[in-house]
Amino acid sequence: MTPVAPAGDAVPQGDDVEWESVIGLEVHAELQTVTKLFCGCRNSFGDEPNTNVCPVCLGLPGSLPVLNRQAVELAMRIGTALHCEIRPSSFHRKNYFYPDMPKDYQISQYDEPINVGGWLETAAGDRVGIVRAHMEEDTGKTSHVGAGKRISDADHSLVDYNRAGVPLVEIVSEPDIRSPLEARAYVDELRAILVATGASDGRMEEGSVRVDANISVRPKGVEELSTRCEIKNLNSLRSLVRALEHERERQVALVSAGGKVVQETLHWDEAAGRTVSMRSKEEAYDYRYFPEPDLVPVDPGAEWQREVVAGLGLLPAERRARLLAAVGDERDDAAVDQVRTVVVQGLDDLVTAAVERGAPVGLALARVANEVAARSDGGVSVDPDAFAELLTMEAGGELSATQAKTVLAELLAKGGDPRTIAAERGFEAMSSDSLADVVGQVISENPGEWGRYLEGEDKLAGFFIGKVMGATKGRADGKQVAAELRARRG
Amino acid sequence: MSGTSPTPGALELAAEVRSGERSARQAVEEALERVALHDPQLHAFVTVTEESALEAADGIDRAVAQGGDPGPLAGVPIALKDNLCTRGVRTTCGSRILEHWHPPYDATVVTSLRAAGAVTIGKTNMDEFAMGSSTENSAFGPTANPWDPARVPGGSSGGSAASVASGMVPLALGSDTGGSIRQPASLCGVVGMKPTYGAVSRYGLVAFASSLDQIGPFARTVRDAAALYNVICGHDPCDSTSLPDAAAVDLAALDDGVEGRRIGVLTELVDEMAPDVAAQVRRAADVLDRAGASVVEISVPEVRYGLSAYYLIAPAEASSNLARYDGVRYGLRVDAPDVARMNAATRAAGFGPEVKRRIMLGTYALSAGYYDAYYGQAQRVRTVLIEAMGRAYGEVDALLGATSPTTAFTMGAKTDDPLSMYRSDVCTIPSNLTGAPAISVPVGSGEDGLPIGVQVLVPAYGEPLVFQVARVLEDAVLSTS
Amino acid sequence: MAHVAKLARLDLTPEELDLFTGQLASVLGHAADVAALQLGDVPPTAHPQPLANVLRPDEPRPGLDRDEVLAEAPEVDDHRFKVPRIVGEAP
Repeated sequence: MTPVAPAGDAVPQGDDVEWESVIGLEVHAELQTVTKLFCGCRNSFGDEPNTNVCPVCLGLPGSLPVLNRQAVELAMRIGTALHCEIRPSSFHRKNYFYPDMPKDYQISQYDEPINVGGWLETAAGDRVGIVRAHMEEDTGKTSHVGAGKRISDADHSLVDYNRAGVPLVEIVSEPDIRSPLEARAYVDELRAILVATGASDGRMEEGSVRVDANISVRPKGVEELSTRCEIKNLNSLRSLVRALEHERERQVALVSAGGKVVQETLHWDEAAGRTVSMRSKEEAYDYRYFPEPDLVPVDPGAEWQREVVAGLGLLPAERRARLLAAVGDERDDAAVDQVRTVVVQGLDDLVTAAVERGAPVGLALARVANEVAARSDGGVSVDPDAFAELLTMEAGGELSATQAKTVLAELLAKGGDPRTIAAERGFEAMSSDSLADVVGQVISENPGEWGRYLEGEDKLAGFFIGKVMGATKGRADGKQVAAELRARRG
Repeated sequence: MSGTSPTPGALELAAEVRSGERSARQAVEEALERVALHDPQLHAFVTVTEESALEAADGIDRAVAQGGDPGPLAGVPIALKDNLCTRGVRTTCGSRILEHWHPPYDATVVTSLRAAGAVTIGKTNMDEFAMGSSTENSAFGPTANPWDPARVPGGSSGGSAASVASGMVPLALGSDTGGSIRQPASLCGVVGMKPTYGAVSRYGLVAFASSLDQIGPFARTVRDAAALYNVICGHDPCDSTSLPDAAAVDLAALDDGVEGRRIGVLTELVDEMAPDVAAQVRRAADVLDRAGASVVEISVPEVRYGLSAYYLIAPAEASSNLARYDGVRYGLRVDAPDVARMNAATRAAGFGPEVKRRIMLGTYALSAGYYDAYYGQAQRVRTVLIEAMGRAYGEVDALLGATSPTTAFTMGAKTDDPLSMYRSDVCTIPSNLTGAPAISVPVGSGEDGLPIGVQVLVPAYGEPLVFQVARVLEDAVLSTS
Repeated sequence: MAHVAKLARLDLTPEELDLFTGQLASVLGHAADVAALQLGDVPPTAHPQPLANVLRPDEPRPGLDRDEVLAEAPEVDDHRFKVPRIVGEAP
């Protein structure tokens, strides 16, 4: 009875019901402030446990919160970028007990959030509504010690409050998302916006962007929303997509078989590839929200809002358009993908800078998307002048692609000057004569393969390129080798 | 009071220390002697900080010897209510749950006192977490009223009131959420004042009800109380509710009198009071009339709603403020197999019945389905009261009334009936709800010979006037004694 | 009432529950005068003084010494606050 779920949104049934996923996302983004939301402790990572604390973020008796101006600025930037209305807002206490909560209440925003309404358009052009984006403080971190590492096997837990009080903005979308892939596109674009506005570094794997998903299913054409489930512990885009696909199938199977979806919170188990029930949301917790008496309302006023708008800079959609315009005629699917990658990581300025210094746009784009982006998660960057020089060297034939990538890796790791690095490694591209000699040598060593290539087995070009690369220790340029092979074939 | 003579006044003492006429060490030693002599009977102090007090005193004497000015309260011994954080010094809030807690930081007012040269000699007893009107809710035993040890000193700042009333120290700080400075001041025959909400920083005051709490002075004279207020008032960037423009009062203008001022005797704060209390209020009204004020009767019926609104707002905020006492980071911990049970067992063992009662009441008032009817409604009543008082201040400059419905009651008299204890606050609560200042000044005795204080209420920022009116009343008492 | 005690993380004995139920009922009964008022349009007062926009600059301030903090902790392990096992996720 379990229906097979092919790729795509709708899951056809034996009796021809087309199901539609209704997905909403709640994203928590850590703000890139210098200090915490309500105190002057540093907003930093990797410190020794409990060394970055004060009476306020520890919630010591007698302590009081004071709001960080920059957190408000960044929250407003997010709201502006998401086309929200920025309103006078106030704080509320959300009361519940948990060891990572120093006060056993969280200071958050409830019915008067700073940003209301709005929308986001994914790179694919889907528009998703935004309900609200509000400020709140983060909790401390618990680690569980015992037989297994999961909370349920633990013998005891240890709490570190270094991250307690870090500023967060929670962005809640309308349930406008209709597929796991669209959810992924939404998160991608949201991360790009967070990076572009300087509000957050947008790193999901590091936890500075956390995604919880709400999903329900309904027959296509039906307007009513069905009961939904919430999925937590989505640590990557891949988990997001997998979890939503899994949960969609589960719900469709359940409802198709005549069952009912119970509103619950699910934990996504990446290793097992399934959702696990955490608690039933029928017993919704009573947080007893009331206005935070230790804080006063925030009314940014028209002038500050104008400053935020004016200072916002280009948003991802505009950045993509700008970069694609520069790519111009070379634009193909690969380039579009590269542009997307580059903008999500805020690296489009590097491409632009390289091009301004004379580097070819296609090459600059490819190198940034494929080489720099992969390594820049640690905040590593490369000097635009050095980068542009390297690209010029490669484009001019002074270095092969492989050599250029090696030099680039060193630039990223240690900086320096590309010519010096290339010289140190004895890099120089091969002259076409010496290249021809090596190709000839390899051909004579492999007559059987050469014969087959001559007869049209084009795939064997790769074999020969590989051999030539090996023989030249990477100094040969793959494209030149291919050209040489074709020339010899005639 | 037999034994060593009571302390000289604070400003008098400070003047002597600053001029070198008397050493701070001597002043502090004498205070410590008086504490050693009287406190075993009174139990006003939870902790006496002899060593650090003498060290501080020596530091002041050194400064004076080098020609420096250690500040307006140089060498003056002062007692601090035990809900004020003092770094490295036990701060219990009258509770078992913090019985052994040493804060790692000082409250802002503590820093201000040190800068003014005052010398803290100890932490005083209080109703647990400031919840109470008699100091009988302290986990460490009650404090006795210096006028009659079988009677309560009032609460929750009973220890601070008794420390000043008994002459052990000239100054003390308390906190006032529903009357916890003014009511014990009245019951102990000393001056006690609650400033405008936000005039004094709450940073380092262990919170009871955040939108109502204020720190304020106890003293034997109005002038000393004003001097202490001046040291602790002012904007604090560590407190978001701190007023940007709270100003010290001009001590030279304290004796300006009440000529031409309009005083309203607040009906709701005279009717239903004990007859001897009501009589004192009327006498005080006469004094002000003779001093040149125009005195009228005025009624603000909305005042009567204050008690109920307070007993919804205060416990609600308290239930949230006290959630942090969970045995995780500091204070008492009662072990259990899992953390939730540890929390619950710790709080059951660490909190006394009054605290538990208010936490229950507060949690209920905030809970889903009840918020609007209780907490939400109480906040609306608060607006109504603020507006009503605002209208009254359109007709008069200050209000006059009782501070406490009765003189000091005997220990145990009200402990079985929380509601009757709550009613002790009916006169003082309105000023907490409106955030406006008020002072209690002793004007005489009741039929039982116990002290009676009269309350003066003014609008927000009205500290100068409230002290001036109190001075006129104090003068009248002094001139008749 | 038992539910309220659970929300408040308070272990109450049955006697305490009974006593508090009665006392709370009596306090709330007296609050009936307030509950009965028709105040639909009146805005609630959360703060007695009309302050707004109290903000601080995003500049670091010195924090606390870890040893001083942990000295007050009931149980410490590896410079962290140690608690008995946590059952269930945060609500």
